[in-house]
Amino acid sequence: MPNYQWPDVGKRKVIGKRMSRVDGPAKSSGRAKYTYDIVRPNMLYADSVKCPYAHAKVTKIDTSEAEKMPGVAAVIQVHYPEDKANGEVFWAGTDIVAVAAVDEPTARDAVRAIKVEYQQLPHLVLDFKEPDLAEAQNSEWYKVASKETSGDPVSAFQQCDVTHQGHYGSPVITHCCLETHGSIAEWPDSDHLLLHISTQNVPGIGGDVGKALDLPAANVRVQQQHVGGGFGSKLGLDPWGIIAGQLSKKTGKPVKMMLDRKPELEMAGCRPSAYARVKVGAKRDGTLLAWESYSWGSGGPGGGGSPPLPYVWKIPNQQKQHVSVVNNIGPARAWRAPNHPQACVLTMCALDDLAAKLNMDTFDFVKKNIDLLDPRSKIYSEELDVADKLMGWKARWHPRGDKTVGPVKRGLGLALHTWGGGGHDSNCDLSIHPDGSVEVKLGTQDIGTGTRTSILQVAADTLGLRVADINLLIGDSDYPRDSASGGSSTIGGVSSATLKAAIDARDELFAKVAPALNAQPGELESVDGRVRVSASPNRSVSWKEACSKLGAQTITKRGSHQRNQDVDLTNSGVGGVQMADVSVDTETGIVKINKMVGVQDCGLIISPEQAESQVLGALIMGVSYALYEEKIMDQTTGVMLNSNMDTYRLAGLGDVGELVVHLMTGPGYDERGVIGIGEPPTVSPGAAISNAVANAIGVRVPYLPMTPDRVLEALEKSEGEGGRA
Amino acid sequence: MSDQNDAKGSGISRRSFLKISALTTSAPLILGPTVLEVAGEEVQVFGPGKVPVTLNVNGQRLTANLEPRVTLLDALREEFEVTGPKRVCDRGLCGACTVLMDNKTVYSCSLLAIEAQGKKIVTTDGLAPDNQLHPVSAAFVDNDAQQCGFCTPGFVMATKAFLDKHPNATREEIHKGLGGNFCRCGTYAGIKGAVAQLSKGNQLRGARPVPGKTDAPDSAIASNGHPRKGGA
Repeated sequence: MPNYQWPDVGKRKVIGKRMSRVDGPAKSSGRAKYTYDIVRPNMLYADSVKCPYAHAKVTKIDTSEAEKMPGVAAVIQVHYPEDKANGEVFWAGTDIVAVAAVDEPTARDAVRAIKVEYQQLPHLVLDFKEPDLAEAQNSEWYKVASKETSGDPVSAFQQCDVTHQGHYGSPVITHCCLETHGSIAEWPDSDHLLLHISTQNVPGIGGDVGKALDLPAANVRVQQQHVGGGFGSKLGLDPWGIIAGQLSKKTGKPVKMMLDRKPELEMAGCRPSAYARVKVGAKRDGTLLAWESYSWGSGGPGGGGSPPLPYVWKIPNQQKQHVSVVNNIGPARAWRAPNHPQACVLTMCALDDLAAKLNMDTFDFVKKNIDLLDPRSKIYSEELDVADKLMGWKARWHPRGDKTVGPVKRGLGLALHTWGGGGHDSNCDLSIHPDGSVEVKLGTQDIGTGTRTSILQVAADTLGLRVADINLLIGDSDYPRDSASGGSSTIGGVSSATLKAAIDARDELFAKVAPALNAQPGELESVDGRVRVSASPNRSVSWKEACSKLGAQTITKRGSHQRNQDVDLTNSGVGGVQMADVSVDTETGIVKINKMVGVQDCGLIISPEQAESQVLGALIMGVSYALYEEKIMDQTTGVMLNSNMDTYRLAGLGDVGELVVHLMTGPGYDERGVIGIGEPPTVSPGAAISNAVANAIGVRVPYLPMTPDRVLEALEKSEGEGGRA
Repeated sequence: MSDQNDAKGSGISRRSFLKISALTTSAPLILGPTVLEVAGEEVQVFGPGKVPVTLNVNGQRLTANLEPRVTLLDALREEFEVTGPKRVCDRGLCGACTVLMDNKTVYSCSLLAIEAQGKKIVTTDGLAPDNQLHPVSAAFVDNDAQQCGFCTPGFVMATKAFLDKHPNATREEIHKGLGGNFCRCGTYAGIKGAVAQLSKGNQLRGARPVPGKTDAPDSAIASNGHPRKGGA
C-alpha cells in the first residue's frame, strides 16, 4: 500500500504555484458552453403558468385554448386542483401548467392563453417582527426551533460590570445566479434520459430527476461543462428539470427550460433571514461572561435556518432560544456558508457594541478573550496580527464616532468566522498511455472555483509533467463518481482522489521502467518530464520513452477518497479574520467601502491564485449583502417587489473599494492538508462592515443591508435619544 | 454605458429597403417589411408574423425568419448559436448580453433583431480567430478575472469598448465606464487588474495563442506572505 502524502513544500513543482485557470481562455473568449447555451436540433422551448398568489388553492385549469395554438407541442399540468398534496400552493411563482412550443415567443403566448382559477388562502411573507413567544407556541406561522441554557447565565449577568442589549439582523437575500436554473432534456430512447442541467451536482442530480420520473438512476445521464453560478442553490432537485424531462418524453423532442430572472429571484433559492435580541455582559477588564439571545428567522415554508449562536465564541454562560418563522416565500436553499453569515452578524455586532461600551478597541477585546475561541485561538490571534498590519488597524483605530469635522465619517470594523470543509467522496481515473499522453477523469464539476485547475496541478505535480501535458475530463455523470460541490468539500475530495490515482499509476510505470534504468522502482522519481533515479539523476529517460515501455498496455488507476478518511490529505475547520474600512456620509446615509482585508486559513494550498480569487469574490459578495441586497416582500399582495437586477441590487465594480487578501501558509497551516475555501470568507463581511459603520458614525445600524434610509434612521434615532455615542 | 444609436443610419437606405420589401412580398409565406407613410414619414412595418432578418455578426451574414418581437440577444443565441452574449436579466440591467453594434456597446437584450439589421455586430466569439485570444480576453485570464464566467463575455466587450475610448482611464472613469455590468461571483478585482494591465500600453500586445492548458510559469511566486491586492 503506497504512502499517500502531499510532497514536501520544497519538492512541489506545480502544486502551490500560481497559474492562470485552465478554463479562463474558454470563458473570456465566450467559447465556454453553459447549459443555457445549448441548442439541440428540433429543440422545443418550455415555459410555465406560475401562481400569482403566496398561498392559494388551484380550483380550475383550462388549457384548451393553448393546446389548439399552432406551434404548441405539449401542455402538461404540474399542479392538480383535485390533488390534495399538490393542489395547494405555498409561494408565489409555483409552476401550475407547463407548455412546450417550437420557440420561446410561442411558448409565452401559450402560457398567456391558459386560464387558472385560484382560491386565495391567508399568507405571511414578512419575518421582521419579533414573534411573541406565547403567540408563537399556538401559531402555524412560528415554530420554537431550539431552546438551550449552559452555565449559569442568570448569576453570570449579575457578575457583569457592563452589559449591553441590542437588536440585530440580516434579511432574506437571494442567490441571484447569473445563469438561471434550468435544463435541456432529451431522450435518446424511451428508457434513457440525457439531461444538460445547470447544477452543482453532476453526479447526483440524475438520480434525483430519475426518481421523480420513475426512471432508474442508471438510465439518466447528466452533462455540464460550465455552470453560471450556484452558491448553494443548484445542489438538489428542482421542478424545472422534471418538467423538462416530462415535456421531452411527451413530445419526443429535446426541451429547453431555463427560468427567467423574475422566477429565478422569486423562488430559485434564498438565504434565510435571522434577527435577534441579544444581551451580552463582561467584567470591567473585558472578560466576556454571559450571552442571552432570542432569535428568529425565515426561509419560506420550511422555516428558517438555525444560526449557531453565539458564533465562534465559547461564552461560558448562555441562554438562547430560536423561533423559526414559517412563511410563504420561495423556499430557502443552502447559501454559501449556510447560517454562518447571519450568526456572525448577530454575534460580532453585539460584541462590538459591548466593547464600545467598555471603551475598548474591539481588537483588544477579541485578544483579551482569545481563549474563548478554542480550538482556533492561535489561528485567530495570528490572523488578527496579520490583518492589523494590512489594514493599519492599531495605527488608525479611533473610539466610536469619527470626531473629524464634516459630514463624511470614517471607521474600522472587524469580524471572525469559521467553516468546516473536509473532502467529499470522490473517484478519479488516471490513465497513462504508451504514447506518453495522460488523461484524468472525474465525474465532478467546476462551479467557478478553479476545480479543473487544481486537479491538473495535483496530477502534473505527481507525474512530473506540465499541466498542458494532461487531458482532463469532468462534467459527465458517466465518469468516475464524485459528489456535489457544496460545503467547500470539493477541493479536498478531488485533490485526494487525483493524488492517489496519480501515485498508483506513476508507481506502476516505475515498475515497468526500472529494469531499463538498472534500478528498483522505489529508487525512481518523475521530475520535469523525465523518469530518473533519485540518487543519480543522470540515469534517466524521457517521460515519452518511459511510457513506451508499456508496450500496448495503458495504465489506468482509480484513486478514491471517502469523507473523513485520509485526514493527512484533507482536513476540516478553518478560521478567518476580516477588517473593513468605510466612509459614511451622514447627510445622505451612503456607505462607501474604502478597503477590505481578508485573512484566511485553508491548510495546504494547491492553486493559490484561484484560492485568493475565492476570498476576493467572497469579500465582494459580502459588500453586496452588507449594503444592497434584500428580498423585499409585500404582505398585501404576497409577492416579491424587487425581482430584477435594478431593484435587487448587486455591488458593482466601483462599490467594492480596495481589497487585500492574505492566505495563511507555512508551519501550522500547510501540514493540515487541503481544506476548502469557497464558503468561509463569505461569512465575516456583513458584521465587519456593520461594525465599521458603527465605528464611523457612533451608532449601530442594526439591520443589513445598510441602505441610506437605514443609516439616516439610525442617526436620527440616536439624535432623538440625546446625541451620538 | 449604452451608447446605442437610434434606428437611423442603419446602413441600408430606405430605397433598398423598399426593394427588399418588394422582393420579399413576392414570396407569399414570409412577409418582409412593408413601408407605410405616417405623418409624412416613411415607416417600416414588420410582422406581425415571421419576417426575414439578416444580421452581420462577427463578419458573417446570417439570415433567419423571425418574429419582429425577437430580441437581438435571442436571435444571436437561439437562431445563430452565437452564445458569447448571455441572457441574465433580459431587461438591460446587468450587461451580460453586451455586444458591439457599429463599434458601440449595446445591451443586445434591449434591441430587436430587426433593428440590428444593416449594423456590424461583434460579440466575444468574434473578437479573435478561433484558436487565439483577444488581448482583452487574455488580460482577463492573466488576472483571473473570471470565476463562473457567465458575466465575463459581457465584461470583455464592455472593457474593450471602454479602453478603445479611454486608453489611459482614471479610476473614476473605470468605475463609471464599467458600471453597467454586474458579476455575482465577485471578479471585480481581477477585472480592474485586467484594465490596469491593458491601460499601461500593454494593449498593443498581439493576440496570443489559446493555451489549452496554461503552464505554471517557471518563476512562480510562492503564496507565502504575499498579499494580493485587488486595486481600488
